[in-house]
Formats: sequence, C-alpha cells, structure tokens
Amino acid sequence: MPQPQPEPEFDELYREIILDHYRSPRHHQPLANAQVVAEGYNPLCGDEVELQLNFENGAISDVSVQGRGCSISQASGSLLGDIVLGKPTDEARRLIGLVTNMLTDAEAEPPEELGDLEALQGVAKFPARVKCATLAWHTLEDGLKQREAAGADRPIVTRHDE
Amino acid sequence: MTTFDIDRIRADFPILKREVHGQPLVYFDNAATTQKPRQVIDALVHYYEHYNANIHRGIHALAEEATARYEETRQKVADFIGAPGPECIVFTRNTTESINLVANAWGRKNLGEGDEIILSTMEHHSNLVPWQMLAQATGAKLRHIDIDDEGRLAGDSVEQLIGERAKLVAITHMSNVLGTVNPVRQIADLAHAQGALLLVDGAQSVPHLPVNVQELDCDFLAFSAHKMLGPTGVGVLYARHELLESMDPFLGGGEMIRRVGLEESTWNDVPWKFEAGTPNIGDVCAFGAALDYLQELGMEQVRAHEVSLAQQAMRRLSEVPGITIYGPKSDEARGGVVSFNLEDIHPHDLGTVLDRHGVAIRAGHHCAQPLMARLDVVATARASFYVYNKEEELDALIEGIQAAVRLFRAPAPTRT
Repeated sequence: MPQPQPEPEFDELYREIILDHYRSPRHHQPLANAQVVAEGYNPLCGDEVELQLNFENGAISDVSVQGRGCSISQASGSLLGDIVLGKPTDEARRLIGLVTNMLTDAEAEPPEELGDLEALQGVAKFPARVKCATLAWHTLEDGLKQREAAGADRPIVTRHDE
Repeated sequence: MTTFDIDRIRADFPILKREVHGQPLVYFDNAATTQKPRQVIDALVHYYEHYNANIHRGIHALAEEATARYEETRQKVADFIGAPGPECIVFTRNTTESINLVANAWGRKNLGEGDEIILSTMEHHSNLVPWQMLAQATGAKLRHIDIDDEGRLAGDSVEQLIGERAKLVAITHMSNVLGTVNPVRQIADLAHAQGALLLVDGAQSVPHLPVNVQELDCDFLAFSAHKMLGPTGVGVLYARHELLESMDPFLGGGEMIRRVGLEESTWNDVPWKFEAGTPNIGDVCAFGAALDYLQELGMEQVRAHEVSLAQQAMRRLSEVPGITIYGPKSDEARGGVVSFNLEDIHPHDLGTVLDRHGVAIRAGHHCAQPLMARLDVVATARASFYVYNKEEELDALIEGIQAAVRLFRAPAPTRT
C-alpha cells in the first residue's frame, strides 16, 4: 500500500493545540456548589460536555469543563474554559457568536482576539465534525440564557442537545 | 477458506475502482449499506430505458413487462429465503418499514394491556422504537433479554422472559454491532411453546448467511435490499400466509384495494393488500439482479468468506495495544462485523483518520443506543465485510489505526 500523503486540510483539523488540549484538558477540576451546571450532549455521536460555572459581579469567576467524547469536542471545551474565565457574561456571549461563526463558515477569517481558538478553524471544512466543536459553545449559551431567565439567584442545571 | 475468485468479483463493482483522498477505497462499512455490482446498476438502467411503466393496471406491453419483472423478483425473494410462496412476500421501503408494518397491522389488532413483547438489549432502534410506540398505544409491556460478557443473549434470560404473557418475540438474527448470530430456531421453539409469535430482524443476516424461514420457523422476517447488493428503497417483509390474511392493512390507497366506495372499501389479496400506492418498481426489478448475483456466489460461500475475514481482522486487531473488541469470539456465533474501541481515541477521530487512508468504517452508536449503554461506551468503531473485501485490505485498516495511535496517544498526560 502507498503511504498516505500528509494533506493540509487534515493537519488543519488536528492541530497541535487541539491535540494538546485533548490530551491535557484544562479546567478539569469539578467545582463545589456551582451556580450553573450546563450539560451538553450530542445524541448523534454520544459526545458529552459538562460546564460548571460561578459568577461574581456579572463575570464568570470560575469554570470547570468535563466530559467524554472525541478530541474535537473535548479540546473545544477546554479552549472555551481558557477564554471565558473572568469574562463578563455579555462578553462571553459575544465570544460564543464569534466562535460558532468561525466553526460553521469555512471562508471566515478568525478574529485575532480568539487567540488559540483559531486552531479550531479547520473544523469548518469537515461538515461531519462541526457539531463536535460547537457542542461546548451551545451548551454555554444555553446555560447563560437559562441563568438569566431564572434570575441568577439560585443554582440551576441546564441540558442542551446538540 | 474462501473459494471465491475475489478479483473477478471486485471487477463487477465499479465503485471499487475509485480513490478516496488519493488512496484506493477500502470499503468496510457494509453493515450500513453495501456497494452495487454492475449487474444491478445495469438492471436499474435497463428498467428505465426499456420497460418503465406502472404495474398491475396497464394494458400495454410496457406495463405487462414491468409487472412480470416486479412479480418475478417477488418469487426470487421467496426462493432466496425458502418461503412457501410469493404471496408471503411484501415489498416495503426498508427493514424499518417492514417492522412498523407488523407493529401496526398485526400488533394493534392483537396486543392489549398486560401482553408482553420480548426484545433484547442488542436490538437496532428499528426493532425497538416501533414496539415502544405499539406498547404506548396498546398498554403492552416491553421486556428485554440481556446479553452476557461476550455479547450473546444470556441463556437463562431468554427462557425466563419468554413466559405465558409473551405475545411476540422480536429479535435480531445478527447484531449490527456485536456480530452475534442469535439462535433463532431455539427462540422460535420457546416462543411458540408459549403461544407467542417470532419476528426476526434479518437486516444483517439475510445478506450474509443462508436463511430459510421454514427451518428457522419464524413468523415474520424483515430485511433490506440495499444491504445485500440491491438498490436503496426496497425492503422485504416475509410473513406466514395466514398471518397476512388475518392482518388489517397498514397503509391505505391505490393498489391495496379491490372495490372502493365513497364510505368504505374492500381489500386486495395478499400480499398486494400491504402495498399501497405505486411501489418502487425499478429498484425492486434491480433487486432481482442482486439476488441472482448472491445465488450464483452461494450463501454458504458468502458466509465462509466473511467468517474468514472477520477471524483475520480480529486476530490482527487484537495485536493493537489498548484495543477492546466486542462480541463473541467463536466463528459459529458471529458474522462479519467487528466492533472495537481504542484506549484514548474516540471512534470519530479514528474514523476521520481512517478516511484519510481511504478506509471507510462506521463510528458511532450504530442506531443501538441501549446496547451502547449496556456496554458502557458512548460509541464504537465498526468494520464490516462483504463479498468483495479481501484480506490485503486489512493492511490499510491496521496502518490507519497505527497512524491514529501515533497522533492521539499522549506520551504522559499532565492534567491541570
């Protein structure tokens, strides 16, 4: 059999940053008494992401990211933890918009402020894997939305199906 | 060992000449759907180029030819599965529709509160969800036969669950995930001893091993043409003649009627009573060519070829460090489906890497979520074989797996 040639698109999907976050996920410690527990599930492939969040003065003061699934879904969650920690909720919402746009539009140029998240850009060229990458972001979006609706005073658990 | 002339068989399948990402296509996703030989493709084109017409009502030559070919395929199906006659064969869209037909046309009439439908934890959603819907509509209860550690039906569970309240046992002949071949004849005897009927989901067995409905003594058998070299959009329901006679229609409309009034109608004879509307004529005719192809190969030979491939695949896969292979180990109890998981590598990641090596496998829950839960996994990778696969193709699978291992396995993970 001929050896497979490395292809640029393939390298673009499994960038070193992605593999690093998959092998060594950040923000992996569970939080005690989290104000929001946002669970995300992709019934199609079984990927699971659980976000635990605490808030202070309108900003995300603590985040924990756990789950099981493919490298894209788990690395995406880990990168999410990195960027939203310390951000005001409005800012987090804006970031969700930027990231999901990047993940679904192969032509989109990722804004510089996304930093390492730019590594996920290649996903847009793999239609079968887009939902792996958006799972954590839609889970966060759902958690923030429901927290606002619930009045932010009491702990809530949200469940999102991708 | 196989007595096939594999190269001659492969030459019949145009798609096997194509490349995927610059690599020769290695198609190991046969449990999902199989590729089609030139003979089947030609038969489909021939239908549209030479005798395309609606059936059973035209008085012109094309309609007569189309009707004859359509009904000829029904006879071929009956012969293929050892059915007593073509009147026992109903054409549907797929296995799922065949099972839904039984759930609606037989189940709603014959099941009630407290009756039991016996299934197993290894069922495909198509042999689970229709029964859940039927149970909700009728008050019947579902009971599930568990599996043992090798993925076989747990023997004592079979005997315990098929009790006097059982009205129907609906079980897969061969698991699409584990490859397990279930002892259907034995289950038929247990079911019939309790006065229950047996439906066999043959989606994975009829294409891959000799199946004779009279030897199995099943009451219903459902399967799909597209998993056995035929076109998509054609399913088969076999049922015992007297059952079909006693069942109400499933769908109403043209074809299935005899006399229609403004308020009520009478039904056509079986099997046409169950074929409302214009059926998938072209694909049914082409399915006939698929049956001819398999008959010529011989189903015993097909089975032997796949067992040999599965055995070699399992031997070579078991050499990969950190691999878990699911399903029975012995040849008699399994078919040409091998599901596995690699430590630290999700099946979807493996699927993407293998795709880049030209190797098509399935990764996911295989429409068997309760089985995934039972195995305590979110998904598995699955390689499944058919008549045109050859031993050398396993090299590409193993190389792809090794590439994935190099890519994903961390030297020493540090978690923060």
